[in-house]
Amino acid sequence: MQAWPGSYGEDAKPRMGFFTDTSVCIGCKACEVACKEWNEIPMSIQGFTGKSYDNTLDLGADTWRHVAFIEQRVPADANGGGSLVDVAARGDAIDGGVQTYQDGDGFRWLMASDVCKHCTDAACLDVCPTGALFRTEFGTVVVQEDVCNGCGYCVPACPFGVIDRRKDDGRVWKCTLCYDRLKDDMEPACAHACPTNSIQFGELTELRERAEHRLARLQQSGQRSAQLYLADEDDGVGGAGAFFLLLDKPEVYGLPPDPVDTRRDVGSIWAAAGAAGVALGLGLAAAVLGGER
Amino acid sequence: MTGYHGQPILKQPTWTWEVPCYFYAGGMAGASAGLAYLSEVRGNEVLARRAWAAALLGIGVSPGLLISDLGRPERFLNMLRMFKITSPMSVGSWVLSASGATTALAATSIWTGWFPRAGGAARPAAALLGLPLSTYTAALIANTAVPVWHESRRWLPFVFSSGAALSAGAAGVITTPPEHARPARRLALGAAVFEVVVKQLMERRLAEHGEPYRHAAASRFGRVGQLCIATGASLLAARGGRSRVAAIAGGALLSGGALSARWSVYKAGAQSAADPKYTVGPQRAAIDRGDRLGASRRLGKVRDPSPAIGSPATAPAVVREQESVARP
Repeated sequence: MQAWPGSYGEDAKPRMGFFTDTSVCIGCKACEVACKEWNEIPMSIQGFTGKSYDNTLDLGADTWRHVAFIEQRVPADANGGGSLVDVAARGDAIDGGVQTYQDGDGFRWLMASDVCKHCTDAACLDVCPTGALFRTEFGTVVVQEDVCNGCGYCVPACPFGVIDRRKDDGRVWKCTLCYDRLKDDMEPACAHACPTNSIQFGELTELRERAEHRLARLQQSGQRSAQLYLADEDDGVGGAGAFFLLLDKPEVYGLPPDPVDTRRDVGSIWAAAGAAGVALGLGLAAAVLGGER
Repeated sequence: MTGYHGQPILKQPTWTWEVPCYFYAGGMAGASAGLAYLSEVRGNEVLARRAWAAALLGIGVSPGLLISDLGRPERFLNMLRMFKITSPMSVGSWVLSASGATTALAATSIWTGWFPRAGGAARPAAALLGLPLSTYTAALIANTAVPVWHESRRWLPFVFSSGAALSAGAAGVITTPPEHARPARRLALGAAVFEVVVKQLMERRLAEHGEPYRHAAASRFGRVGQLCIATGASLLAARGGRSRVAAIAGGALLSGGALSARWSVYKAGAQSAADPKYTVGPQRAAIDRGDRLGASRRLGKVRDPSPAIGSPATAPAVVREQESVARP
């Protein structure tokens, strides 16, 4: 039985998630700050990294929202859009906040707020030996900190490199999609703080519909490389509770282009381990029984 | 520079030195139990007793290694909160527990003569449990997102099982007088060939995924391992049947080689996770070849966008209202 909604019966809630529309992200990092404040996450100062405006660098035990900054020089008509004026004239793109950061010589900034994806098929949850990671009634994936014993298996299992162990604490930590706030019918802190609604919170089915319209609108206005990431159930993680609208390939934002939940291969992995065990038994028998005593 | 400012996409495993050492100790214990039981069946009591002792030693240190690697060692019992087939670590915790109990009983009974009936039942059980104990660790690391481990999922268990056989054979020739150690010698020499050949084949078959094995620590441990195994096996083959000293030296070299080979696999995983090119490169190539669809899509499911839906200026207003109601 599927953990959600199956095992919750009547207590199951609609699946909640994030639609992060990076085309309107302004890189203010309010989400990072709100998340740290609400969840009382220890500080994680990297110093000055020299990597654009990004002094956070990645998601981890002490960073549950991370704003990426990409500086690119692309021809102004790279997306078939012509000049900014042309694009604006054709699809009132500026209203939607498109290409407002692209100068005439083609320099542009991409900004995107990354977060735990709350995968439909979550590798962290599948490999967790203690059951500390579980699926909530909202369909999200949360760590029970009173159960986690810091075995660290979820860390290399996550295809996005989201979850990590806190050194002084020993346990693993990641975004809870503000499980505590959800229980009180409040939206997560990051979505609440986002001034441009780049981070949209809601029922996943509704968010997906909204994202389709946004994608169509961007495509129509000439943003040919606009794409939805993790919005479909047929990808390697069965779609995600937190999905994204990107303006370039996922890897440009530090996201894997084809993430796969390792559970999909666990059958063949066990088969190989079983065969190797049998081979070991045969080898032992051959060595001991197949010659002088 | 690949991807986002050269940042890794995956997190490196947080596991420390205890884990590759456990790969060795657990494998040695598992295969030693099998060697001990079969030697007993064959009537080689001298080798059987020593192999049971080696199994007990290996399985005795294993829980300590694993518990000290935990972030919260005092919560080690949470490993047995549930049984989960999708988590090789969960399955392995149960296998190790059962294997530890039966091996302890088997070894105690054969050395002291106590509990003859229980010991007699425990010996075949421990021998059988030793097989999954030797290979589940390969399943554990293959069942991750780390490319060099995941992509070698069909090979890794065979590398680990030959390593386990090699370690058990080596322990046998170290502890047992040469005239009684023939089966252990055969095991060690046969497994030495398998270990080197299978690991080489795995690295070749990995192609671009296998690059970490050719660099830095993974490569160094790999070469040291091969060198130790080659010299140890030569020594054992040439003089191990007559000279106790040569047998011990050869066995020690083989043990060191098996341990070094486990470290090579462990280090390759860390290196593979650390560089985004190993994550992005093969994934993107598979998409470009048309083998995989990938996780992103430019083609929309609606053709004409409704102005009311999808505009961030209008759509989330509903959510905002709810929020203001919910807040005092």
